[in-house]
Amino acid sequence: MPKLTVDGIEVEVPAGATVLQACEAAGKEIPRFCYHERLSIAGNCRMCLVEVKPGPPKPQASCALPAADKQEVFTQSPMVKKAREGVMEFLLINHPLDCPICDQGGECDLQDQSVAYGKGQSRFIENKRAVTDKYMGPIVKTTMTRCIQCTRCVRFAEEVSGIEEIGAIYRGENMQITSYLEQAVTSELSGNVVDLCPVGALTSKPYAFEARPWELKKTPGIDVMDAVGTNVRFDSRGRQVLRVLPRINEDVNEEWASDKTRHAVDGLVRRRLDKPFVRRKGKLVEASWQEAFAAIKAAKAGSSVAAIAGDQLDCETMYAAKALLAAMGSSLLEGRQTGMDYDVSSLAAVNFNSSIAGIETADAILLVGSNLRWEAPLINTRVRKAVKRGARVFAIGEELNLTYPVQWLGNDLGLLGKLPEAVTEAFAKAERPALIVGGGALKAGAQGATLALVKPLGLIKQDWNGYNVVHLAAARMGGLMLGYAQKGGIADIVAAAPKLLFLLGADDVDLTAFDKSLKVYVGHHGDAGAAGADVVLPGAAYTEKPGTYVNTEGRVQFSDRAVFPPGDAREDWAILRALSEVLGHKLPFDSLDQLRAAMTAEVPALGVGGLAGYAWSAPKLPAKASGPVGYPIKDFYLTNPIARASDTMQRCSAELLHGQSFAEAAE
Amino acid sequence: MSDAAHIPDEAETRARWGGFAWTPENAEQAEKIIARYPPGRQQSAVMPLLDLAQRQVGAETGTQGWLPVPVMEYIGAQLGMAYIRVYEVATFYTMYNLAPVGRYHVQVCGTTPCMLRGSDDVLEACYKKGLKKGATTADGLFTLTEVECLGACANAPMVQINDDNYEDLTFDSMTAVLDTLAAGGQPKIGPQIERQTSCPEGGPTTLKEMVAENHDYRGRWEATGNAPA
Repeated sequence: MPKLTVDGIEVEVPAGATVLQACEAAGKEIPRFCYHERLSIAGNCRMCLVEVKPGPPKPQASCALPAADKQEVFTQSPMVKKAREGVMEFLLINHPLDCPICDQGGECDLQDQSVAYGKGQSRFIENKRAVTDKYMGPIVKTTMTRCIQCTRCVRFAEEVSGIEEIGAIYRGENMQITSYLEQAVTSELSGNVVDLCPVGALTSKPYAFEARPWELKKTPGIDVMDAVGTNVRFDSRGRQVLRVLPRINEDVNEEWASDKTRHAVDGLVRRRLDKPFVRRKGKLVEASWQEAFAAIKAAKAGSSVAAIAGDQLDCETMYAAKALLAAMGSSLLEGRQTGMDYDVSSLAAVNFNSSIAGIETADAILLVGSNLRWEAPLINTRVRKAVKRGARVFAIGEELNLTYPVQWLGNDLGLLGKLPEAVTEAFAKAERPALIVGGGALKAGAQGATLALVKPLGLIKQDWNGYNVVHLAAARMGGLMLGYAQKGGIADIVAAAPKLLFLLGADDVDLTAFDKSLKVYVGHHGDAGAAGADVVLPGAAYTEKPGTYVNTEGRVQFSDRAVFPPGDAREDWAILRALSEVLGHKLPFDSLDQLRAAMTAEVPALGVGGLAGYAWSAPKLPAKASGPVGYPIKDFYLTNPIARASDTMQRCSAELLHGQSFAEAAE
Repeated sequence: MSDAAHIPDEAETRARWGGFAWTPENAEQAEKIIARYPPGRQQSAVMPLLDLAQRQVGAETGTQGWLPVPVMEYIGAQLGMAYIRVYEVATFYTMYNLAPVGRYHVQVCGTTPCMLRGSDDVLEACYKKGLKKGATTADGLFTLTEVECLGACANAPMVQINDDNYEDLTFDSMTAVLDTLAAGGQPKIGPQIERQTSCPEGGPTTLKEMVAENHDYRGRWEATGNAPA
């Protein structure tokens, strides 16, 4: 633990820390461009120069200098000031003065730091060098003349995303950052390089020239594109969310977000349901709220009612629907739209128990039927980190590129019963062995077989539970906590043949099985669910309502409202509350606060942020499984109605997954 | 990079070079090169392999050789490297040609020492022969590139043509070198004036007695009082 002084302040830092980190510990701001705490150290921008004694009588790059005992660091000395001014002057030599037309303006490290640490004027009178723009795909827009060659994007691609497609070609004055042969970057995390870029060289293509950062209202939220529960910030102006950026949460998403999380939001202003609709003579026609409610009342369902929750639903909506059904005398709730019927008697047995951050520390991992890269990209980066620390990964399923070396055992669930020796040996030696069960495996009926492995593979140790299930739906864990599961899955609902069926943003249900039911779709997008419904009630999307979400590791998180729903659309719980009155079963809450109070009275864990912490118990299930396992996600970019309505996601899908080429239009 | 050669169309290159594979001799040589590095560090072999590949392409095309994209990818695949990493290396070093060159790749050094000693005349000689920077002559014989210091400053000005240096050039001697090459001959490699490698022009200026035989200078040290203890 070296002890050193920074500007006279004594600090103690962990061994292996850098001088830059020591300065931060002392509360000193060190300007930097290339240094990023989540990437390897490059030391090529030279902006973090400080004076260090003992040492050579010249400024030193603090990001690459190990902190040592009895060092004296000066961050404000004349030498440091002059060095920073000099570095800044060099950086600005080739940087264009196009801040007024640059999307990074207002949130640009170079802009901020040149104001704070620069000289205020330039002595450079020669021509600046210009660099041709590079094509990096549908997400990243480039203006390479602005690039200061910090190589953060290159390091991110190599170290975090694992898709080595960005590099620096040529050298010296001619050095250029580019994707390989200017092809689109195929990583589903490529949007993060936009955040990483300290200048305006890499900016967001869908968000180009949309807004200035100071015009945007920033609302903390939770992402619903997958079950990771990425912490995000909705940046909105007026009635539209213009972009989504990740918020730092070390336990969940660190500071990354997948491209779908970031860029599906343009789907929130397309194909929206902004009026109630009622099916008349086979056609959905616009109606008033009263007419729509009357149509539902006319079904005279009595207690023959069921509700199916969609994948992106908040707990409040699910609770309101549950309360309404309970008042009507039914408990036919289901959230697993595609017909899965795994056992949910123990929530811990369908939870990501090692926690998302914890999986990093695993040293042997067996993936069962999970395309983790698509099902939970940010858990995949954690597994990648574990691999870098020396973990071995085995997988059952069809072979694919998960961005790290994987030993594929074959695509047969029967392997669970007779794991190869290499696996059992690795797990026997492992201190923190982990099993990751994907949605595909659950669907193929491997729950019992994987639970049967908990003992033989030693997955549960003191302070460690290595049995993990990766869900695909943001609403899944919350839904299961609220009882949105029937023993036989959706088949039970079909068997009950309800007269009235609520589809709560449920777009993946096979509606042909519900021919006889009056189907009421409460949701925000005109997708499959609304198309097959008899009554459509326009609801709010995840950016338009405060909500509680539980991610795949059982972490309860709260999201805020960024904007209001469009047109006549209302928050889902309010719709159900209004409907309850018409149906004569008035729900006992008039505000969201009251609803939340009622909900937490029933499920206390939903009222407390953080891991819900289910006690471990494993249901007794038949341990036989066989046959191949399929991956549920066929197209990463189009997994939900918002993404399907998004132009950006459609383009990503067409270009990155289906090889369609989009030549850059001449600008 | 205004004088950089135009990199050929990708589709065309892929059609021509997509099937690139080592010749049996080069395959053996490549294995030998890779074996020089410890297991897990095979990527270190990328530079010699790129050179080997460039030479093989050169042999196939009767030129000095270049590195088409599929060839780089072939090496990347062999070494288990991301293609962009190979591409980075190939673009970093001027010795790897990213575009086809002629039979003779004339690399004129234009860095300060050579420039002071007359590299402009050398370039002029090239221009007179119809060479243009970054381009190959119509007969496919010469490609001219101006490069930075090649480390033969004592013999400035100099050019490197394929694997050989031609040094202490003037307008006339450069013309002569190019003429000889064009006629299919092999000019004298090294200094083009009376001089042995980088020894002083016109013979030794110090230790002259050593030229003919091993001379014992110790007597002189004693006279000057500089004798070693």
